[in-house]
Amino acid sequence: MADASLPQDGAATKAAESRDIRYYTASQWQLVWWRFRRHRTAMVGGWVLLIMALLGLFADFFAPYGGSTRDRNYILGAPQMVKFWDGNGVSLRPFVQGTKTERDPVTLEMIAKPDPDSRFYLQFFVRGDDYKLFGLIPSDLHLFGLEGDNKLHLFGTDGLGRDLFSRTLFATGTSLSIGVIGVLISFVLALIIGGLSGYLGGWIDYGIQRATEIVRVVPVIPLYMGLAATFPKEWSNITVYFMMTVILGMVGWPTLARRIRGHLLAQRNEDYVLAAELSGASPYRVISKHLLPSFTSYIIVDLVISFPYMLLSETALSFIGLGLRPPSMSWGILLQDAQTVSAIEQAPWLFFPAAFVVIAVLAFTILGDGLRDAADPYTVSKD
Amino acid sequence: MLRFLLQRSIGLLVTMLVVSIMVFAIMELPPGDYADRYAFRKFSGTGVNVTEADIQNIRIEFGLDRPFFERYVGWIGGIVLRFDFGESFAFESSVTDVIGERQFLTLALLGATLLLTYLLAIPIAIYAAVRRQSLADYSLTVFSYLGFALPNFLLALLLLYAGVKLFDTSVGGLFSPKYADAPWSLAKTVDLLQHMIVPAIVLAWSATALQLQTVRATMLDELNKLSVTAARARGLSERRLLIKYPARLAINPVVSTIGFDANRIFSELPIVALVLSLPELGELLIRSFLDLDMYVAGAILLMLTFFIVVMNFLADVILAALDPRIKLEGG
Repeated sequence: MADASLPQDGAATKAAESRDIRYYTASQWQLVWWRFRRHRTAMVGGWVLLIMALLGLFADFFAPYGGSTRDRNYILGAPQMVKFWDGNGVSLRPFVQGTKTERDPVTLEMIAKPDPDSRFYLQFFVRGDDYKLFGLIPSDLHLFGLEGDNKLHLFGTDGLGRDLFSRTLFATGTSLSIGVIGVLISFVLALIIGGLSGYLGGWIDYGIQRATEIVRVVPVIPLYMGLAATFPKEWSNITVYFMMTVILGMVGWPTLARRIRGHLLAQRNEDYVLAAELSGASPYRVISKHLLPSFTSYIIVDLVISFPYMLLSETALSFIGLGLRPPSMSWGILLQDAQTVSAIEQAPWLFFPAAFVVIAVLAFTILGDGLRDAADPYTVSKD
Repeated sequence: MLRFLLQRSIGLLVTMLVVSIMVFAIMELPPGDYADRYAFRKFSGTGVNVTEADIQNIRIEFGLDRPFFERYVGWIGGIVLRFDFGESFAFESSVTDVIGERQFLTLALLGATLLLTYLLAIPIAIYAAVRRQSLADYSLTVFSYLGFALPNFLLALLLLYAGVKLFDTSVGGLFSPKYADAPWSLAKTVDLLQHMIVPAIVLAWSATALQLQTVRATMLDELNKLSVTAARARGLSERRLLIKYPARLAINPVVSTIGFDANRIFSELPIVALVLSLPELGELLIRSFLDLDMYVAGAILLMLTFFIVVMNFLADVILAALDPRIKLEGG
């Protein structure tokens, strides 16, 4: 009995030992990754964001139509369902029912109605509207479309007959990219200001801290509005786009700067910093080679967490007409069409872009939470 | 305590000074100046041919040719000495008249929102922290995610839509039509209170989500403290011990973030007010920015910030009274 159990014990200890060795020899980033992988929800958030980013980046390809292409036969039309069967039987190929436009007998308005007797089959990799991918590669290939000249509107159409699904994809690209650039700008500002403040300390630190405190008192969105309101009407959409990211970055930096300063203050009295300084390293070298790597993971977390604020601010500003302007497409601009109750009542599908906002912010938040826990892999995790 | 109050008062004044310079700079930002826009408003469509000299005259009349700092002193002096915020050119009357009693409605909304937030967040978070990993605790987490992800103005739209679809009433506005222009009376106040419920829920939405998290986190920290174990060892009942130690301390961060909450609420207020058509400062702020009616916008920005700074001041004082350690450290 005892003999039989010994080798098993040995094997178990061996397995545990090799696990320990793996743990103790792993690099910090490996540990971070292992810790992060355990967060199911955070992983889901990460995947959702990746898919959204790809959809936005290759919106030209994934969207069946261009953002301003109008379907005059289907104005303010309801979303069309992709079906595998209808009253006329089952089909292995997905199809949508056609529509026919009729005059409403009471109001005499032209309204589009589904026509149960017609079927249009879905096709993949179809040729459609021309576009230039990233403004460079000309193409007319789209992931899917309908056979012939018929059009498919997964999210319905807006008041001008433009396909809401396509527009939402383009808007996803714009909104996410504004978030990325905005976060980058505020990060650079925060790194410079927070870095100086935290590393130099003394009266410079005091002055910068008081100044940021005062700036932070002003409510953020009214401040954004004040700055965005001053954009001249004759600015091109690209200029407005860039100025928006600059404004978002300019107003967003204090929180990040404060975090970076906190990290620096906590680390700068460590022995290894003193050692580096004694060996004659310049302040730049001490910060970039010794201090920054010690809290890079925390900075990544801070960046991810500040994303949703950018997205929400951009959406809010564009929604009230003080941000981007049509024909640019962003979530806020698309939601402008759904600003009144009567509009939503008439066409509830105009609210679809809102779902994208909510999902993106939700995904960023749970991803940030997972990363925050994984960022310091040497502590025991708390919930 | 007197020294503490004095310190904080000076801080308040300095903050307002810096903010007012910032606000004035924003007011000056739009392309073209007040004279251009004034001339455009006044003479467009009248057939009068406006020359550059006319605009220059307007400029001198309003003192726009003087340097930035002189104009700033004139502006802030008017506000401090005569409560005169300048002229609104979109409404062609003084800013004070345009704003009317909107600032009181804004403050009433802020009060209602804060009250609702704290009434909901504090008890629920304490309960969830005590019953950790219970159903209540998980639903709190889910709700706080949603409270952050669903922006208030979208929630307002959804509630408007639900109001029309389910109850066939409009939940927008702050007054029923018959009270809108009526003088203040008991009936009008009751009407206002009824109309404030939906805006308060909408505005409290994200604030509650945030406070739930804060209070819960503080409670979890406090529940693990030795003072709690010691009290339990002395045989104190769970309920008394909860109120005496952790719950009392968990309220401190709530008090210290009143200014922060006010800041958030004012940040969200304009867009919510636009969607729900609430006749208060935020809604007017959006309109004045869209019209580039900068004297109105500046006045509102200044007022909102002033409210926040005062809230911060009050929070500091209340906190010092609640927690003597802060006062002793000299802030």
